[in-house]
Amino acid sequence: MEQQLPALIPLSYLAFAALIPLVGLWKKRACYWLAVAGSLLATLFSTIGFFEYVNEEPLRYFFGGWEPPVGIEFVYDGLSSFFVLVINAVAFLVIYHSRVIGQSEFPRKTLPYYTLVMLGMLGFNGMILTGDLFNLYVFLEISSLSSYGLVAIGEKRAPYAAYRYLLIGTVGGTLYLLGIGFMYTITGTLNIIDMAAMIPQVIDSSVAVTGLLLMVLGMGIKAALFPIHGWLPDAYTYAASSSTALIAPVGTKVAAYVMIRIVLYLFGIPVIEANLWPFNLIIGTLAAAGILYGSIMAIGQTELKRMLAYSSVSQIGYIIMGFSLANPLGYVGALLHVLNHAVMKACLFLVAANLRLKEGHTDISRFDHTYRKKYPVTMLWFTVAAISMIGLPPLAGFFSKWYLAMGTIENNNWIFLAVILASSLLNAVYFFRILERVYMKNPEQPEADKGAVGRNEPGYSMLVPTAIFGIALFVIGFTNAYIVSTLMQFFPN
Amino acid sequence: MLEFIYAHYAYWFTLILLCIGLYGILMKRNLVKKLVGMTIFQASVILFFVSIASKWEASVPVKAYDLPTEVVANYMNPLPHTLMLTAIVVGVATQGVAFALIINIYRRYKTVDEQELLDKIQ
Repeated sequence: MEQQLPALIPLSYLAFAALIPLVGLWKKRACYWLAVAGSLLATLFSTIGFFEYVNEEPLRYFFGGWEPPVGIEFVYDGLSSFFVLVINAVAFLVIYHSRVIGQSEFPRKTLPYYTLVMLGMLGFNGMILTGDLFNLYVFLEISSLSSYGLVAIGEKRAPYAAYRYLLIGTVGGTLYLLGIGFMYTITGTLNIIDMAAMIPQVIDSSVAVTGLLLMVLGMGIKAALFPIHGWLPDAYTYAASSSTALIAPVGTKVAAYVMIRIVLYLFGIPVIEANLWPFNLIIGTLAAAGILYGSIMAIGQTELKRMLAYSSVSQIGYIIMGFSLANPLGYVGALLHVLNHAVMKACLFLVAANLRLKEGHTDISRFDHTYRKKYPVTMLWFTVAAISMIGLPPLAGFFSKWYLAMGTIENNNWIFLAVILASSLLNAVYFFRILERVYMKNPEQPEADKGAVGRNEPGYSMLVPTAIFGIALFVIGFTNAYIVSTLMQFFPN
Repeated sequence: MLEFIYAHYAYWFTLILLCIGLYGILMKRNLVKKLVGMTIFQASVILFFVSIASKWEASVPVKAYDLPTEVVANYMNPLPHTLMLTAIVVGVATQGVAFALIINIYRRYKTVDEQELLDKIQ
């Protein structure tokens, strides 16, 4: 059975995606529990796989027994097992959280919603595991199509946000496909491992360079790299709360993973540094610009979800900047930031969902000190996640920024270091603005009626996932030495 | 110069289609016309793949007795065609989702013109 693990992880989602519409027609409430079961199964498989294979040789799973380059394979190595574990664990908790908020935000759409969630996770897992560039495109489109659907389930403006996301996302996917075409014409293969062996012989050709640029551009659109991030704020703001909480930690990370795969594994650092020297610098500079832009825009927002969306633009910049440094420290910082950002952003978006359920809005200008009384637990975990985003020890966010900063110092890239530090200060500005409203009493505001402000927390099904993410930030922070030493082994050499 | 354009005419064709598609997506105000632009954009990449598979004086990649082609190089490459069958299916699915979204937008705002839509949203 263990040899089948790479296929079992996406298949558990596919099986439940087929099962939910069948059972859901007969018993509507079963959809939620089936979705929880499907994501739990996938999380278990990926946990077993991660601890079994993290120190082993990569497991290559050939579909139908056809060996590559003829057949399609799944490659289960350290990097992909890490990413699969992160996205599946986050998705499980977010789906578990979605029962009550789902009934209030999209009461009659639970069946299509959970089916789309399962299909989307199938696509994300497939993108991470596959060892074939065209197969990656197919999984990319599966995940994108379900993301468009998930974004469209939401507020009144959601379909228009989803339509814009669809147009821009399809352009990204198609550019990636064109890039594959260029790479195929010059190497004659689509398998990543096979192609990586041929890259040094063909890198002098402009076709290979164009192929690389097109693939990275296409994935940059999907990952919301700075100048091409326009779809993200609207899509995250107007989608239903639990859709955002699912797409924000998972979607852009997977696109960033594909960029890491293409740049560091398919082409490799020696080839890029010898033949395309400004390439990494350009990507890093765009990411650095995105970090500053996202943070500055986040300060100006009055809507919590929109602020978090701009913050996502800035955080994805850290990940891309980290791997563009092309040294082990930056690489580890980027991977650790994938984990941290997934946990932090999921926690923050779950808090936004809790507030939406109880207050009906997440307008920051209407936050006041009564929130401290009404939502003590929710606001506690919001504070923890916010401090982690700013990057104070011992919370997880500090350590990824630490390794990123060490990476920039190793490359003597002082501008990037300054960007990291400046962005931490900007993060502090936009989070403390909210914490101040919640924890400090506004002297100009009239005294509220004492009896009117009671505890108004959402139920345990929503508080427990929020709390688990918050506690995970402490756990990651304290065990970071172990995590980093594990991640360090994945660095390609 | 003329030789350069003439020798790569298939790629120039692809490039022109790509630009027309991108123009449609970016500049047209009507949401349906934007979708037409997106379709042209996808079609250009599909045609690019088909064009890289074709060869002069090569046969279809089917082993048949009345087509006596012994050397493998005399067959066309079938792989890009099969890839594009998948890509066409993906494109059709994307258009289906896009039309569903347009219908939804029209039901909520009674318009498919982007400028009017933005005015109504404000």
